[in-house]
Amino acid sequence: MSEGQEGGDLVCNRAALGRLMPLFVRLDREGVVVDAGPTLRKLAGPAALGRRLSEVFVLIHPRSFARARDLIQPAPLRLTLRGPAPTGFKGTAVPLEGGGGVLLNLSFSYGLREAVREHALSDTDFAATDLAFELLFLAEANAAVMAEARKFAERLRGARAQALEQALTDPLTGLRNRRGLDRAMARLRSSGTGFGLIHVDLDHFKRINDSLGHAEGDRVLVSVAVRLRAAVRDDDGVARIGGDEFVVLLPGVRDPARAAAVAERILVSLAGSTAAEEGADPGPRISASFGIVIWDGEPGVTADQILLAADQALYRSKDAGRGQISFVAGQAAEGQEAS
Amino acid sequence: MHGLINKALESFLTDTFGQPAWHGVLRRAGLWEQIGTDGFDSLHVYPDEMTTRLVSAAEAALGRPGESLLEDLGTYLVSHERTARLRRLLRFGGSSYTEFLQSLPDLQGRARLAVPALDLPAFTLDEFGPGRFRLTCRGCAPGSGHVLLGLLRAMADDYGALVVLEHRGRLGEGETPAPAVPVAAPLPGGEWLTIELHDPAFHRGRSFDLGGLGAMA
Repeated sequence: MSEGQEGGDLVCNRAALGRLMPLFVRLDREGVVVDAGPTLRKLAGPAALGRRLSEVFVLIHPRSFARARDLIQPAPLRLTLRGPAPTGFKGTAVPLEGGGGVLLNLSFSYGLREAVREHALSDTDFAATDLAFELLFLAEANAAVMAEARKFAERLRGARAQALEQALTDPLTGLRNRRGLDRAMARLRSSGTGFGLIHVDLDHFKRINDSLGHAEGDRVLVSVAVRLRAAVRDDDGVARIGGDEFVVLLPGVRDPARAAAVAERILVSLAGSTAAEEGADPGPRISASFGIVIWDGEPGVTADQILLAADQALYRSKDAGRGQISFVAGQAAEGQEAS
Repeated sequence: MHGLINKALESFLTDTFGQPAWHGVLRRAGLWEQIGTDGFDSLHVYPDEMTTRLVSAAEAALGRPGESLLEDLGTYLVSHERTARLRRLLRFGGSSYTEFLQSLPDLQGRARLAVPALDLPAFTLDEFGPGRFRLTCRGCAPGSGHVLLGLLRAMADDYGALVVLEHRGRLGEGETPAPAVPVAAPLPGGEWLTIELHDPAFHRGRSFDLGGLGAMA
């Protein structure tokens, strides 16, 4: 480079220019590429020299130009390199002395990482003053931090889901607890889906606990839970709401006869052996009392009212000698007696 | 849809209509169990149809047409204090409203650099004379054009510019509004707006310091 008079213009040879601006493009008056910086030559290939700018690049802004001087405007130029890997550039154009030529300086924009990858660029392809490396570093650091944050968020979601599950589950039997039952009922009530509800109360359970011990009592409860689950469909709910109290929720079942059939099935199942393994002592026989209520989807009935009604039906079963199925007054199916 | 988008909807509806109203919208959309009081996770990517359900539910629950709600969302994203950072990111687009508009085609690429999973629509800006623009967004969720309308209006206010904006409708696949501009490849469907910039410096606008929020950052 050489200096002119103080305040005069500089003259700069192309090698020096290429060091300062590896992506420079020199155009003649018509917009033909007459020279380019080393990195641009690497990207566009040697054939770029001698071709029109619009043959080497797709012009985004402006879309076209008549003479090279038209490229000199306040807004940044936007162009994309033609080819299999379209890299985006921003550019500024300045006039060159004498001849109507124009000097463009280009820079990568947000597509920098892709460009570096596609064209295998390295530090020698950038001016030392270019912020490209800071951008690359920041982008990678950002990706690392985001990955950590995402992993943490996923772990948190998992922990939250697990905590919610535990809050709704009876630890001994794995059935839903009272809270879980409330939620299931609330969901059905808000969607207006009618359901049948069976309150199951084990008969003389206290006797089992007292005579055989709590460990045995627990084993019996687990056995009961298994039988209840086996007696119903996948979508039906089974909850343990008290020491020896269970509720079976039957979504969509509005016919008392169907609910009664389920209760009968459970009654039979419970009466079977509760032996720990085959051939061993059959263990205590389980008898249970049942109270059935049907909610037909009518609004204005609270969950508590439904459970209370089932409770009252259950009491009738207990009163009538236990081991029986009773309905809420007025809900019994035809021919179905609290027998 | 990225959690950031759903979170933006959540913030907008909560701040504008109150938390009980937001919970009502969630319930109506059948998302109460899943989202509940914790709200959306900004880093998680949710199914697109969840956002569609949310907007429909908001429409029904709040008794406002979806387009109007989405436009208000766009305005909220720029003007509410809760989204101050987003407003700053948009202001990075340029020192004048015209430069900001011209930076919109870069938004998709820039956002991807910062949040790779965030898929903003592809914008194209065409100029038809001084101050007359057409903005097209492609591959964008239905209604994006209305969010954009509110956002661009609020940004004009931010820059102090006087503009007239109009949502011109939806575009089918491959369709281009007249006057047509040559395109290289077939285009997915989208929406388009026209922008008439009447005065770039109609009033002072809001101040913006490129250096950042300082102590607030």
